[in-house]
Amino acid sequence: MAEFLPPKERMAIPKQIMPEQDPLERRNNFNEVNYGFTKELAIKEAQRCLQCKTATCIDGCPVDIKIDDFITLIVEEDFLGAAKKIKEDNVLPAICGRVCPQEEQCEKTCVLGKKYEPVAIGRLERFVADIEMEAGVEPVPVTTPKKGKKVAIVGSGPAGLSCAGDLIYMGYDVTVFEALHELGGVLVYGIPEFRLPKEIVRKEIHNMEKIGVKFETDMVIGRSLTIDELMQEEGYGAVFIGVGAGLPWFMNIPGENLVGVYSANEFLTRVNLMKAYLFPEYDMPILDMKGKNVAVMGGGNTAMDAVRISKRLGAKHSYIVYRRSEIEMPARVEEVHHAKEEGVEFLMLTAPIEMVGDEKGRIKAMKCIKMELGEPDDSGRRRPIPIEGSEYILDIDVAVIAIGNGSNPLIHQTSPEIEVNKWGNIVVDADTMKTTRKGVFAGGDIVTGGATVILAMGAGRKAAKAIDDYLSNGKEWKY
Amino acid sequence: MYQITEARFLAQDIKLFKIKEPKIAEKRKAGQFVIIRIEEHGERIPLTIADSDTSDGTVTIIVQGVGKTTKQLNMLEAGDEIMDIVGPLGMPSHIENFGTTVSIGGGVGTAIAYPTAVALKQAGNHVITINGARSKDLVILEEEMKEVSDEAYITTDDGTYGHHGFVTDMLQKLIDDGTKIDFVLAIGPIPMMKAVSDLTKPHGIKTIVSLNPIMIDGTGMCGGCRVAVGGKVKFACVDGPEFDAHDVDFKNLTDRNRMYQEYEKKSLELYEHECKLNKQIVKT
Ligand SMILES: Cc1cc2nc3c(=O)[nH]c(=O)nc-3n(C[C@H](O)[C@H](O)[C@H](O)COP(=O)(O)OP(=O)(O)OC[C@H]3O[C@@H](n4cnc5c(N)ncnc54)[C@H](O)[C@@H]3O)c2cc1C
Ligand code: FES
Repeated sequence: MAEFLPPKERMAIPKQIMPEQDPLERRNNFNEVNYGFTKELAIKEAQRCLQCKTATCIDGCPVDIKIDDFITLIVEEDFLGAAKKIKEDNVLPAICGRVCPQEEQCEKTCVLGKKYEPVAIGRLERFVADIEMEAGVEPVPVTTPKKGKKVAIVGSGPAGLSCAGDLIYMGYDVTVFEALHELGGVLVYGIPEFRLPKEIVRKEIHNMEKIGVKFETDMVIGRSLTIDELMQEEGYGAVFIGVGAGLPWFMNIPGENLVGVYSANEFLTRVNLMKAYLFPEYDMPILDMKGKNVAVMGGGNTAMDAVRISKRLGAKHSYIVYRRSEIEMPARVEEVHHAKEEGVEFLMLTAPIEMVGDEKGRIKAMKCIKMELGEPDDSGRRRPIPIEGSEYILDIDVAVIAIGNGSNPLIHQTSPEIEVNKWGNIVVDADTMKTTRKGVFAGGDIVTGGATVILAMGAGRKAAKAIDDYLSNGKEWKY
Repeated sequence: MYQITEARFLAQDIKLFKIKEPKIAEKRKAGQFVIIRIEEHGERIPLTIADSDTSDGTVTIIVQGVGKTTKQLNMLEAGDEIMDIVGPLGMPSHIENFGTTVSIGGGVGTAIAYPTAVALKQAGNHVITINGARSKDLVILEEEMKEVSDEAYITTDDGTYGHHGFVTDMLQKLIDDGTKIDFVLAIGPIPMMKAVSDLTKPHGIKTIVSLNPIMIDGTGMCGGCRVAVGGKVKFACVDGPEFDAHDVDFKNLTDRNRMYQEYEKKSLELYEHECKLNKQIVKT
């Protein structure tokens, strides 16, 4: 067991650096960028934790992981115990340890961070989760007696998975319906292999199957079956909708339908889900980017993922085109940093106003305009204002639009009684995730608009509790 | 996995399949489609549902082998399985009693025009069908089309069967003969649909086409299937696949459908090469 050091000595330990693939090498492959901590590095990093009386880091965690406790267990070298501790509050730590925006959450409220670098909580989470996975630890068996009641989960993203995971332990029969042929939602079709290996998602889902969660792929709710049919004909007592924010926004500028203009969803789905980077071994192609110029519009994680993929597909110039400045970019700091190391060029305070095509209808350039920042808008970020006369032409061969997603209308079309707001997001009661339709709950991006994995998971858990309450007590539907 | 219960060629390179999937068989309406994936490395392709049978729970699709995936599909026989089938997707055709309707199918497009012709007939229309093909041996669903039609015409480009000429020649003839046409549905290659659209527009005949852009998910998530209709962006998989022909930007559709032509060629070449090698191995 490693020792607990006196506070002064703890603060003297520098933040441990996580080993990663060399930027020049990794921009030619899709292997994971980060290697993760070794045992020695993890223990050293855990020793930096001050073990504050009131652990303020937990305030920053959307699902209240007992961070101080699991870090103590790392120092005690009980890694499996640490993983178990995290799993009391977060069922997918190997995923969250990789993709959570920790700098905005637990690491932001870490006391050490006021004067020094905060404890690398996310990397420690990832470390113990990986150890547990490698050890092949079986999921805790379900011991609660079966209740004989069925719950349908629509969508297999983090919201649906966490809701299903909790309900199965409560004794319900749980079936997850997924529109695509693969399970995992954005975790498989959106986030690329080099940031979140698909094998991890697959293992987590396999573990859920082992404890009895049923999965049905190729099922589009709203088309293959409606919510009505699930509840009235198939005997589901409650339904949880976690369908994500799947409706890509375009910019509504001329030329957006040109050949070579992708929505981020299409670009990412081709590469991540359909493995277009392995064409022709896999059948689905993506436009050849070798030696070409690629522009990605947007400043979020989606934009960073797309632009880093374009580098890996051989692009000569890969640009991020963003209308505000770098500090306003919503992407995780680590992704921006990695993108820069990989040679991505950042064109800040720039907005496209037109896509220009050739005679075959293929994009060849983009007309851009420079922006400056004015007064803050509703989101609190300074509003970008075009600078007159600053238009210029950027030569590009491929454009990817990653400016966000609206909500997919399929469910609403066939279940109009489930109320949505003016953006198409399902309206829910914030404490119970109840929708306006009896027995139907919702959570994740379909409720919040594009947010984060951990918030979607938190919503799924909250809904699981409320579903249990509803099905056990048969309470009236008060929305 | 989903089982193929029946597979037979209707014409050269055009094959009919029945696939077991009772849920889709029960639900589907005329005009809707499925997306299939043959195997792990396969792409997802949309195919319109030609028919279904609720008694044995099968969905009928008709496939013309043009690219790798469709040729690979056409190698499959009854008893084989495909990895994925999802649907029914898209909006059903808008069916009502228009009066006199003309359903036009070009090539394998006839497979798609057929279920809608059935529905139009059921709605009480006077149904005229024009079934076009390049040549006699490529004519499909002749009997089926005849059965649902009040008037059934066949055209071949080379004159080996039926009327010599294009489907538009036949349509023009009907118009010239003074047939009062209230509604036209045209499904087939893009140039054919465009030609029909150009022909009916000056006569103010309501004309619907079923578009076939490249698709991936089929649920409105990727936007890859977007088409310009009446100056607006529409997603064919959720807003369509049927649209008012007079509003469709056919040039954009053509360009976008050609996006991966070279890749498709390469994929097909590799596949055919592999097939040849396999045959040689079997021989020796
Ligand atoms: C490229 C990208 C990168 C991201 N990076 C990060 C990151 O680093 N960190 C982070 O915290 N967040 C990130 N996010 C955001 C995060 O992934 C989402 O907030 C989260 O996945 C939302 O979870 P969800 O369960 O609500 O929906 P989703 O993950 O979108 O899952 C919804 C599922 O429902 C299915 N579905 C949709 N409609 C139907 C239907 N009608 N019937 C059946 N199934 C249906 C979909 O196919 C999908 O599988 C990223 C998002 C993207 C797109
Ligand atoms: S196929 Fe993806 S949106 Fe239509």
